[in-house]
Amino acid sequence: MTTLNALAAISILYVLFLFAVAFFAERASRRGRANWLRAPIVYTLSLSIYCTAWTFYGAVGSAARNGFEYLTIYLGPSLVLIGWWWVLRKLVRIGRVQRITSIADLISSRYGKSNLLGVGVTLLAVIGTTPYIALQLQSVTLSVEVFSQASGGEQEQTTAFWVAVGLAVFTVIFGTRNLDANERHHGVVMAIAVEAIVKLAALMAVGIFVVWGISGGVSETLERIDASSLGHWEVNGGRWAGLMFLSAAAFLCLPRMFQVMVVENDNDQQLRMAAWAFPLYLMLMSLFIVPIAVVGLDVLPAGSNPDLFVLTVPLEYGQNALALLSFLGGFSSATSMVIVAAIALSTMVSNHIVMPIWLRVNENVVSVSGDVRNVVLLSRRLSIGGVLALGYLYYAQSGGGAALSEIGLVAFMGIAQVLPAMLGGIFWRGATRFGALAGLTVGFSIWVYTLYLPSFGAAILPESFFDGGPFGLIWLHPQALFGISGIDPLLHTMIWSLTFNAVAFFVASLSSFPSPLERLQGAQFVNIQQGTGGARSWSQGSAEAEDLMVMAQRILGSADAQRLFLREARRQGSDTHLPAPTAEFLQILERELSGSVGAATAHAMVGQIVGGMSISVEDLMAVADETAQMMEYSATLEAQSQELSRTAAQLRAANDKLTRLSVQKDAFLSQISHELRTPMTSIRAFSEILRDGDGITAEEQSKYASIIHDEAIRLTRLLDDLLDLSVLENGQVSLNLGEGMLSDVLDRAEAAALAHDDKRGLQIKRDRESEQVWLNTDTERLSQVFINLISNARKYCDAESPALAIVVTKGEALTVDFIDNGSGVAPEAQDVIFEKFARVSDQKAGGAGLGLAISRQIVTRLGGEISYLSGQSGAAFRVILPLEKALAAQ
Amino acid sequence: MAGHVLVIEDEPNIIEAISFILSREGWHVATHSNGEDAAEIVRSRAPDVLILDVMLPGRSGYDILRELRGDAATENLPVLMLTARGQSKDREMAERAGASRFMTKPFSNAEVLEAVRALAPA
Repeated sequence: MTTLNALAAISILYVLFLFAVAFFAERASRRGRANWLRAPIVYTLSLSIYCTAWTFYGAVGSAARNGFEYLTIYLGPSLVLIGWWWVLRKLVRIGRVQRITSIADLISSRYGKSNLLGVGVTLLAVIGTTPYIALQLQSVTLSVEVFSQASGGEQEQTTAFWVAVGLAVFTVIFGTRNLDANERHHGVVMAIAVEAIVKLAALMAVGIFVVWGISGGVSETLERIDASSLGHWEVNGGRWAGLMFLSAAAFLCLPRMFQVMVVENDNDQQLRMAAWAFPLYLMLMSLFIVPIAVVGLDVLPAGSNPDLFVLTVPLEYGQNALALLSFLGGFSSATSMVIVAAIALSTMVSNHIVMPIWLRVNENVVSVSGDVRNVVLLSRRLSIGGVLALGYLYYAQSGGGAALSEIGLVAFMGIAQVLPAMLGGIFWRGATRFGALAGLTVGFSIWVYTLYLPSFGAAILPESFFDGGPFGLIWLHPQALFGISGIDPLLHTMIWSLTFNAVAFFVASLSSFPSPLERLQGAQFVNIQQGTGGARSWSQGSAEAEDLMVMAQRILGSADAQRLFLREARRQGSDTHLPAPTAEFLQILERELSGSVGAATAHAMVGQIVGGMSISVEDLMAVADETAQMMEYSATLEAQSQELSRTAAQLRAANDKLTRLSVQKDAFLSQISHELRTPMTSIRAFSEILRDGDGITAEEQSKYASIIHDEAIRLTRLLDDLLDLSVLENGQVSLNLGEGMLSDVLDRAEAAALAHDDKRGLQIKRDRESEQVWLNTDTERLSQVFINLISNARKYCDAESPALAIVVTKGEALTVDFIDNGSGVAPEAQDVIFEKFARVSDQKAGGAGLGLAISRQIVTRLGGEISYLSGQSGAAFRVILPLEKALAAQ
Repeated sequence: MAGHVLVIEDEPNIIEAISFILSREGWHVATHSNGEDAAEIVRSRAPDVLILDVMLPGRSGYDILRELRGDAATENLPVLMLTARGQSKDREMAERAGASRFMTKPFSNAEVLEAVRALAPA
C-alpha cells in the first residue's frame, strides 16, 4: 500500500515537473523560438481542461449510476468542435482580432464596451465557477483519502487547503508573468497539454488493465456489460438532448474553456486540428468508462463509491503503480481546471471590477504606464488568490458532500445563460446592450430560483417552497414553473431559463436602439472577415522581423531603428541583426514607436505585422484620437507662434511708441524748462538790481518792480496752463454742463481777451443775429477757447488796423469761425500750431505756446473740433460744436 | 575798460536787465533780438564781447555761432552763450559750436559781469 508520504512526495514531484514544463515553455516563448508552443496539437490538448476531475472520476460514477448518459457530456463539445466552421471559427477570430481577454470582455466589447455587462458576466462566472473549483479540491481530497485509509474531516480540509495554496502559487507565477495584450500564457498551456496526456494515459491504462487484465479481453468485457444493469439502461431522450445541449453551451461559455479555446488561440490551423483531434481525445477518454464502471460494480463490495473506481479497482488488484498513475491523472484534471479557471476569472475580476474601481478612485493620479501595469498585475494576483480562497471556502462550508457533484451541472447551467447574448452578439447585428442585459438578468434569475437555490435544499429555502410554491402560489414552484411538473429539474431549468433568456434578449434588443459604438462593434463582430487571420504562420519569424524593421525605419529613422534592432538581437543572443519577434521585443518596439506615433497607433501597427490582425474599430478610434490630439497640438503651436509674432509686433510698436514718447517727453521737459527759466531770469536779474540798490532812479525802481510782477504772473499763468493741459489730456476734467447763449459766451470772451488791449485796438466784427443760439455745454470752458482765439488775434495779427471777424453758421453742426485780417499762419506751421509750445511768431507776445493745445483739448471734450482754415485772408480758426447740444433759440 | 558788448536775445526784459547791469559798470551795450540777421549785425558792430542766446526767432544761437567761428573776422570773438535749457547736452552743443563761456538762465548779475570782464580782451 502506498503510504501517504510517498503520495505526497510523488504529487510534489509531479507539480515540480509541471513547474519546469511551464517555466521552459515560457522561456522559450520569450525568446521567440517556440513555434512548437503554437502547434495545433498543444492547442488541442489544452482544450482537455474540459475534462476535469469531475469527468475523470465522475464519468465512471455517472456510468455506474446512469449508464451511458455520461456520453452526453462528451457529445456536446464534440458536436461544437465538429461544427467549428459555424460558431467556433467566428468566435475565435473575433477573439483574436478584437483581442478579447475573457468571456466577460467579449460580451462587454460586443455591446459597446458596457462595463455593466462585463461586471454581470464576471459575477455570473464567479458564481458558476466557484463550486466547480470546490469540486476539484474535493476530488483531490477524496483521491488522497483512498490511499490514506485514515479519513477524517480535518485531514480532508488540510489536503484541500494545501492543494488550493499550491495552485494559487502556480497560477500566480505562470498566469501573471506577462501582461500580454493577448493574455496568452504559453507556459500554462504547455503544462496543461502535458497534464492532458497524463490524464488520458492514466484513464487508458486503467481501462486497458480492466479490459485485458481483469476481464480477459474485449469480448469478455462486452459480455460483462451486457450482463450488468447498464446494458439495460433506458435512454431518456429529453434528458440526453438537454444534457448534450447544455454541455455544448457550457463548452462555449465556461470561462476556462473560453480562455484556452479563444484567448489562447493563435491561428485557425489550431482550430482545424482541434476539430477532429479533440473529439477523438474525448472518445478515447470515454472509451473505457463503461468497462471500468461495470468491472468496478462487479468486483468491489457493494456500497463502494463508483466515483473512485478508477483508483479503487487497481488498488483492489494490488496495482499500486497503476493506481498512482490514475491518481496523477485525476490530480492533473483537477489542477489544470483550477489553474485555467483562476486565470480566466482573475482576468475578468481584475479587468471588469478591480481596474475600473481603481481607475475611478485614482482618476487624478497621473498614470505612468509602468504604474498601471503593476496595479494590473497586483490585482490579477489578488484576484487569483481570491478565486481560490472562494473555492476552498465553498468546499469547506459545503462539507464536500455528494451535493458537490450535482453542483457541477448546476454551474454549467448558470454559465450557459451567457449563450444567447454571445451567439446573438456574433450573429445578429440587431442585438443590443439592453437586450443582452435583459436576457442575462432574466435567465440568471430563473436559474437562481429554479436550480441554484433549490440545490442548497432546505438549508436556504423554507419547506413550504417545495410543497406548495412560494406564498402558496403553486405555479411559482421552483421546480415546476407554470404548473408544468414531472420534468427533470435540470431540464426544467434549462428550458425555462434559456427560453425566457432568449426571448427577453430578442424582444429587448428589438425594442432598443444601440449606441454608435455598439453599432460599430456589432458590425465588427458579426461581419468579422472570414478570410483573414490565421493564414499566416508564426514560422515566418524572420519575415516578420524584417517587416517590423522596415516599419520601424520609417518611423524612427533608419539609424535609430537599426541600433534598436541590433541591440535587441544581441540581447537575445542572436548573431544576426534581426531579433526574433518575442513578446518582450515587441513590447520594447511598441514602446519606442509609441514615442513617435502614439501608443494606440504603435500597437495597431505592430499588431498588424506580427499577428496579421486586422485593425479593430477601437484601434482606429484610438489612432484617430491620437491624430486629432496631434493636430490639435500642432494647431495650438501654430496659433501660439502666430500669437507670438503678433505679440512681438505689438511689442515693437509699443517700443517705438515709447521711444517716440520718450523723445517727446525730453523735448517737452526742455520746453518747459525754457519757458520757466526765461521769466525767472528777468525776475532774478531785476530783483538783484533792486537789492543792490545803488544808482537806480525811483522811476527805474518802479519799472523793474512791475517787470518782476509781470514775469511772476507770466510764470503763474504758465503753470496754470500746464496743469490745465495735463488735466485735460488725462481726461480728468469734469465738464460743468449748462445752458448758455452763444452770444453771451462770446461777449464774455471778448471782454476778457481785450481787457489788456491797451494800445493796439483789435476790432471785433460780430453778427449778433446769428449768435442767438442756445448751447448746452460747459460755457466756462468754451469761453476759455474763445478767449484764447481772440487773444491770439490780438497778439499775432500783424495788420495795420487789426480786425477779427467772428462768423457763426448753423448747419448740421454749429460752426464759429475766427478770421483776422493779418498775414495768417505760414503753411508749414499750420500743422504744428495745435502742438504744445508751438509758437511760430516771435515771442514778444509772451504766450507759452499752450493756448491752442489747451483749446483743442477742450473742444474735443465738448464733442466738437477745432482746426485752422487755410486759404483765408488772414489767420482763420474754425470751432465746430455738435448741434444736438446746441438748441436753436426759440 | 569801456568795451563794447553786443547782446543778442529775444526776451525784452532780459535784454533790459543785462543792458542795465553792464551799462552801470561802464560797458557800451548794443542789443539785437532777431536770429536771422544776427551774424551780419555782429560783423558790422564788431563788439569786444558777444552775449548770445540759444533760442532766437529765425535762427538758433548755435547756428549763428558756427557761422561766426567760420569767419576769420569773428573767429576769436569771445562769446558768452546763454540758454534757458539746462540740460548737459546743451552745454556740449555750445562748446562744440565754439562758445567761450556757457551760462544757464537764470544767472546772477555778478556772474554775467564777471564773465564779460574775463572774456573782454585786456
